[in-house]
Amino acid sequence: MYEGFLDIFDVFLEQSAEFYVWDNAVYLFRAMMTTLTMTIIGCGLGFIFGMIVVYFRRTPGLMFWPVRMTVIFYVETFRRVPFLVLLFLVMFTVKGFGLDFSLFTIACISIVIISTAFIGEIIRAGLDSVHQTQWDTADAMNFSRLQTLRHVILPQAWKVVLPPAFAFFVMFIKDTALTSQVGVLELTQAGKYYNNLGYSAILSFGTVLVLYFILSYPMTRLGWWMEARLHTRRRDERAEFEVGATAYELRGT
Amino acid sequence: MNYTFQWGEAFIEVPYLLGGAWITLHLSFIGFWSGATIGLFGALGKTYGGPVTVKLINWYVIFFTNTPGLVTAFFIFFGLPEFGILLSPYHTILLNIALNSGAYMTEIMRGGFVSVHKTELEAAETMGFTLLQQLRYVIVPHIAKVLFAPLSNWYIWMILGTAMAAIFGVEELTGRVFNRAAETFRSIELYTIAAGMYVAITILASSILVVIGRWAFRVKVKVF
Amino acid sequence: MHHLEVDGLTATYDGKILVLDGVSIQVGKGEIVSVIGPSGSGKSTLLRVIMGLLKPKAGHVKLDGDEVDYGNKKSVKALRDRFSIVFQQFNLFQNMDALRNVTIAPVKIRKRDAQKVEKEAIELLGKVGLGDKLHSYPDELSGGQQQRVAIARALALRPEILLLDEVTSALDPELVNEVLDAIRILAKDGMTMMIVSHEMGFVREISTEVIMMDEGKVIEVGSAEQIFDNPQTSRCQDFVGKILRH
Ligand SMILES: Nc1ncnc2c1ncn2[C@@H]1O[C@H](COP(=O)(O)OP(=O)(O)OP(=O)(O)O)[C@@H](O)[C@H]1O
Ligand SMILES: [Mg+2]
Repeated sequence: MYEGFLDIFDVFLEQSAEFYVWDNAVYLFRAMMTTLTMTIIGCGLGFIFGMIVVYFRRTPGLMFWPVRMTVIFYVETFRRVPFLVLLFLVMFTVKGFGLDFSLFTIACISIVIISTAFIGEIIRAGLDSVHQTQWDTADAMNFSRLQTLRHVILPQAWKVVLPPAFAFFVMFIKDTALTSQVGVLELTQAGKYYNNLGYSAILSFGTVLVLYFILSYPMTRLGWWMEARLHTRRRDERAEFEVGATAYELRGT
Repeated sequence: MNYTFQWGEAFIEVPYLLGGAWITLHLSFIGFWSGATIGLFGALGKTYGGPVTVKLINWYVIFFTNTPGLVTAFFIFFGLPEFGILLSPYHTILLNIALNSGAYMTEIMRGGFVSVHKTELEAAETMGFTLLQQLRYVIVPHIAKVLFAPLSNWYIWMILGTAMAAIFGVEELTGRVFNRAAETFRSIELYTIAAGMYVAITILASSILVVIGRWAFRVKVKVF
Repeated sequence: MHHLEVDGLTATYDGKILVLDGVSIQVGKGEIVSVIGPSGSGKSTLLRVIMGLLKPKAGHVKLDGDEVDYGNKKSVKALRDRFSIVFQQFNLFQNMDALRNVTIAPVKIRKRDAQKVEKEAIELLGKVGLGDKLHSYPDELSGGQQQRVAIARALALRPEILLLDEVTSALDPELVNEVLDAIRILAKDGMTMMIVSHEMGFVREISTEVIMMDEGKVIEVGSAEQIFDNPQTSRCQDFVGKILRH
C-alpha cells in the first residue's frame, strides 16, 4: 500500500509537468466558461419565465382557472424530476422531432425548464412575504394590479427573492456537471477527456474539482454577503415541503 | 414530426422500471442515513469542538458544497483504483452520496443545534431539570421539531440526486431506463415514464413524511 | 335620500361564521357616525366590506341612492374614488417614506400634478405634526406617527367620505388630542365620516349618531346621549357601563 502510494506520487509528478501547460489551460478555461454561460443563460431565462409563471398563477378569475392549474402542474412536476432524466428527455425529444439543436442548446433548454419551476417558487414565496394588507390598502386607493406590483409589492419583494434565487443559480453551476452526460463540452466533460487521454483521475478530476470550486465559492460568499446586506426577514414557519429548498438555502458556515 | 410514439412498447417495461424505483428508494434511504450520521458528528463537532476540529469540518463542508457531486463521484470512482482500492459502482456511489450529503446535513443539523436557545435551557434549569431530563424533554424534542422539515426536504432532494448513480452503471430507476432505451429506442416514452415515476415517488415520500411529521413531531407541513 | 346607506349587509370570511349579520346604517351628508362595540364584533369588517375589500354575501350599499355593485370593478372603483379609509393597523407602504406614502396615490393613480400634490402633502403632514418626518420610512416611525401618516394619506385623496378605524388606538394620550383635533377640524369643514373608536368622550362629543355593534349585528342606534346615558338594550347597558367605569 505504502509502496503503491509512492508510485502514484511519482506518476502524479510526471504527469503534472505534461498536464499543466498553456494549451490545456486554455481548453479548461473554455470549458469553465461553457459551464458558466449555460448556467447564466438557463437561470436568467428561468428567472424571466418564473416571473411570467407566477403572474399567471396569481391571476384571479374563473377564466384563468385552466391557466392556473397548468402552471401549478408544471411547477410541481418539474421540481420533482431529476435534472439528468430531464436532460435525456429533452435531448431525445429534440432528436426525435428532427430538430437540429446543438448540445449546448439542449442543455440550456433543460436548465430553463427546471429553473423556471424552482425560481418561480422562489418568486412566489417572495411575493407572499409581502403582507396581504399591502394589497388591500393599494386596492382601497384604486391601484390596478400592475400598479400595485410596480409601486408597492416588487420594491419590497425583490429583497426576499434575490438571495435564494442567487443561491439557486450558484447551486446550478454544480448541477450542470450532468450535461457532460449528453456530451456538452463543459468542465466535467473536459475532466473526462483528460482522464481518457490517460491522465490520472486524481490529476484530471482533481483539477476540475478545483476549477468548480473557484467558480462556486466566491459566488457562495457573494450570496452570503447579499443576504446579510438585504437582511431579509424570511418567513419563520417555512415548514412546507419545498422540494430541494434546503439545497440552495444553505448558507453561512 | 417524424417520431411515432409507441407507448405500448414502453409500458411493457413498467414492472422492470418499478424494480429500479425500489433500488432508488433503497439507495436514497441508506445514503440519507449515512449522510445523517456524518452530519450529526459534523454538527456536534462544529458546535462543541475545538478550533482545529471546527476548521477541519468547515473545510469538508465548504469543499463538498462547492463542487459537483458528479465530479467527486468520478474522482472517487476512477481515483481510488489508482491507489489499489476497488469498490463496486454501488458502493462508490453510496460513499459519494454519504460524503456529499454529510456536508449538507452538517449545516442543516448545526442550524438545529444553534436554535436551542440558552434561555430555554436556563428556564429548564431553574425548574430543576437535570441534564438528562433537559435532553429528554427540552433539547431533543426541540431539535427534532426544528430539523424535521429541512431534513425531509433534503431526503426528497436526495431521491432525485440518486439518478446520478445511473452514470456509474447502478441499475436504479434511471439506470434501468438507460438500459432499455438503448435496446428499444423508445427513449422519449421511457424517460417520460421515469419522470412520472420520480414525481410519484417524491409525492408519496412527501406525503408519508407529512404524516410522520404531524403525528410524531407535531410539525405542520404540507406536501405542496 | 341618505349619502351613504348600508342595508342588511352580511359578510363572512370562511363561508360559515357570519362576521356581519344584516347590518343597516344610514349616514347623511356631513354626518359623523360612530361605531362602537366589543373587540371582534365586526367593526373593522364593516369598513372593509364597504370599501369592497371583502365581498358582501348579502345586502347592499347605496351611495346617493345608487346601489354599489361589488361584483363590478367599475362600480367599486367609482366608490373608492370617493372614499378614504384609515386602517386600524395603518398599513403604510413599507417601501416608501412618509411623504411618498401620502403622494403616491394622488400622483400615480389620480394623475394630479406632482408638485401641487407634494406641496399639499407637506402641509398635511405638518398639520398632523410630522413636518420633520417627511423622509422617514414606516419602520423608523412609532405607531402613533405611522397612524398620523395614514391619516394624512387618506386626506390627500380628498375623499367625500372618510372611514376611520380606531385611529387613536396606537397613540399616547398627548397625541390622541392632536389627532382628535384634526378630526374635529374635518368635522367642522363638513366631512362625512364613519368612525370606529373606543374614545368614548370623543365619540360623545363629535358624533351625530352612535351605533353599537355586537357579534356582527347592530344592537342599538341613537344619539350619543341616548346610547351612553339611556341605553335601551341590556347588552348595550352592559358594554357602556363597562367602558364608562374605565
Ligand atoms: N382576515 C380574517 N380572516 C378570518 N377571520 C377574520 C379576519 N379578520 C377578522 N376576522 C374575524 O372576524 C371577526 C370580526 O373581526 P373585526 O376585525 O371586524 O372585529 P373588530 O370589531 O374590528 O374588533 P377590534 O375592536 O378588536 O378591532 C372576528 O371574530 C375575527 O376573528
Ligand atoms: Mg377592528
